[in-house]
Amino acid sequence: MTPDLLSFDHPLTRLVVGLLCVFAFVGLNGLVLVWVERKVAGFVQLRPGPLHVGPYGLLQPIVDAVKLIGKQLAMPEGADRYLYWAAPLLAFAPVTVCFLPLPFGPDLAPMRLNIGLVLILAFSGLGVLSLILAGWGSNNKWGLLGAARAVAQSVAYEVPLLLSVMAVALTAGSLDLYQITAQQGGWPWQWYGVKNPLAFFIFLVCAVAETNRAPFDLPEAESELTAGFHTEYSGMGFGLFFLAEYANMIVVSGVAAALFLGGWQGPFLPGIMWFLVKVYAILLLMIWMRWTFPRVRFDQLLNLSWKWLTPLALIDLVLVVIVAGFGG
Amino acid sequence: MTVSALFQEAYTGLKSLVIGLGITGKAFCQPGVTVIYPKEEVDNLSTFRGHVELIGKDEDPAVPRCVACGACVKACPSNCLTILCPVPAKEGEEAGPVVMGPAPQKGSKTPGAVIVDFSLCSLCGQCAKACPVDSLQFSDNPYMVRLDRREFQIDLLARLRRQAEQD
Repeated sequence: MTPDLLSFDHPLTRLVVGLLCVFAFVGLNGLVLVWVERKVAGFVQLRPGPLHVGPYGLLQPIVDAVKLIGKQLAMPEGADRYLYWAAPLLAFAPVTVCFLPLPFGPDLAPMRLNIGLVLILAFSGLGVLSLILAGWGSNNKWGLLGAARAVAQSVAYEVPLLLSVMAVALTAGSLDLYQITAQQGGWPWQWYGVKNPLAFFIFLVCAVAETNRAPFDLPEAESELTAGFHTEYSGMGFGLFFLAEYANMIVVSGVAAALFLGGWQGPFLPGIMWFLVKVYAILLLMIWMRWTFPRVRFDQLLNLSWKWLTPLALIDLVLVVIVAGFGG
Repeated sequence: MTVSALFQEAYTGLKSLVIGLGITGKAFCQPGVTVIYPKEEVDNLSTFRGHVELIGKDEDPAVPRCVACGACVKACPSNCLTILCPVPAKEGEEAGPVVMGPAPQKGSKTPGAVIVDFSLCSLCGQCAKACPVDSLQFSDNPYMVRLDRREFQIDLLARLRRQAEQD
C-alpha cells in the first residue's frame, strides 16, 4: 500500500471510509426505523406496539435481527441457485452507493459529486433488477407475479420522478445535491418544496411507489401474493431485502430533504441535525401513510402514474423552464 | 367524463386522503386501549364472559335450580356440557348399584353431575339461553390459566357447593 492511499484525500480511501460509514448508518437507522414503524403502527391502532424487550421495546429490532441472522438459509427446489442468492445482495448493494452523494451537513458528505443526482437515480433504478431476479430465481408463482408487478410499477413511476427532479435541477442549475441545497435557505419560504409544491408532491408520491411502500406495495402485497418477490426468502436473505427497503426509504427521504426542504440548512441547530430532522419527518410521513391508506389496485396504480403524475410533472417542468427563462 | 368532472374527482379523492391521515393521526395521539394483562387488569370484569356456572336455588344456594332436562346439552354447539343422572332401575329388577346415564332420565329431577369441558367451550351462551329454569350463567372468572387441559373439565356441582359455603 502506498502512503498516498492512507491519506484521507485519496479517492479510494475516501470511498472505503464513506461506504463503511454508510453501512453503519444504514444498519443503525434500519433498527431505529423498524422500531418506529412498529410503534407508529401500534399507536395508530390504539395498541402499545413492542413493549417487553428493553425499555419501550427498544431492543426488539435487535432481537429480531439476531433471529434473522441465526436462521438457516433455505432455497426452494428448482430455484436458480446463483440468481436466487445474488438477488438480496443486489438489492442492498446499489442502495449503499446512493448514500455517497447525499449531503448530510455543510461539510459532511461521503463523496462530493457534481452529478450526484444522476448517480442516485441510476442506482435506485438498479434496485428493481434485484426484485426481478428474486421473483424469477425463486421458482415461485407469487414471486414471479410480484416481479412482473415490480417492473411495471418501476417503469411507470420513474418517469414522473425524473421529471419532478429535473424541474428542481433546472431551477438550481445544477445536478450536485450539495449545490442544490446551498441555493436554498434555512427558512421554509426559501425551500424549493415551497416554491414548487407540485414537484414536491409528485416526488413524494413517486418516492413511496419507488420504495414499494404501502399504499403502492403491490410487488409484495401480503394479502394477494403472500410476500411477492421475497416469498421464498428466509433468514438473512429476507433480512437484506428488508434492510434494503428501509435503506431505500432513507435515500429517497434524504434526496427529498436535500432537493425540496433545504437539506442541512436551518437556524440554530447544526447542519447534520437539521438534515436528520427533515429526513425523519419525511420517513414518519411515509410510515403514517402506510398505516392509513389501503393498497391501490394495479390498474389504479398505473392510471395514477400515466394519466396524472406524468402529465402534471411535464406541465410543471414547462412552467419551470418558462420562469427560469424569464428570470435569466 | 369531462375534464372538470375529472378534476372534481381528483379533488374529492385527495381530500379523503387528508381526512384519512387526520383520523389515524388523531388515533396516534390517543392513549391505547390494550390492557397489558399481568401488569394491569380491567376494571369492568362484569362485561367479560367466564365459563358457565350453575345458579343455586333461592332457598338453598348449594342445590342448583337445574331440573336435569338436558336442554343445555342439546343446545351446546361444541358438545362441552355433560349432565349425568341416576338411571332408574327397570321394573322387576332389583335395585343394584346406581348407574349414571346422560340426562334426561325418567323420574330424575336433579342432576347427579354437571361437567363443562372449558377447552371446547366458545362462550356462545346458547346453554344459558336454552335453560328453562335459568340455572346457568357466565361466571366472572375470565382469567383462567391451567397447565393441563384436563383441568378444564370443571365440575359445576362441586363449584356451586364451594360457592355456597363461602357465602
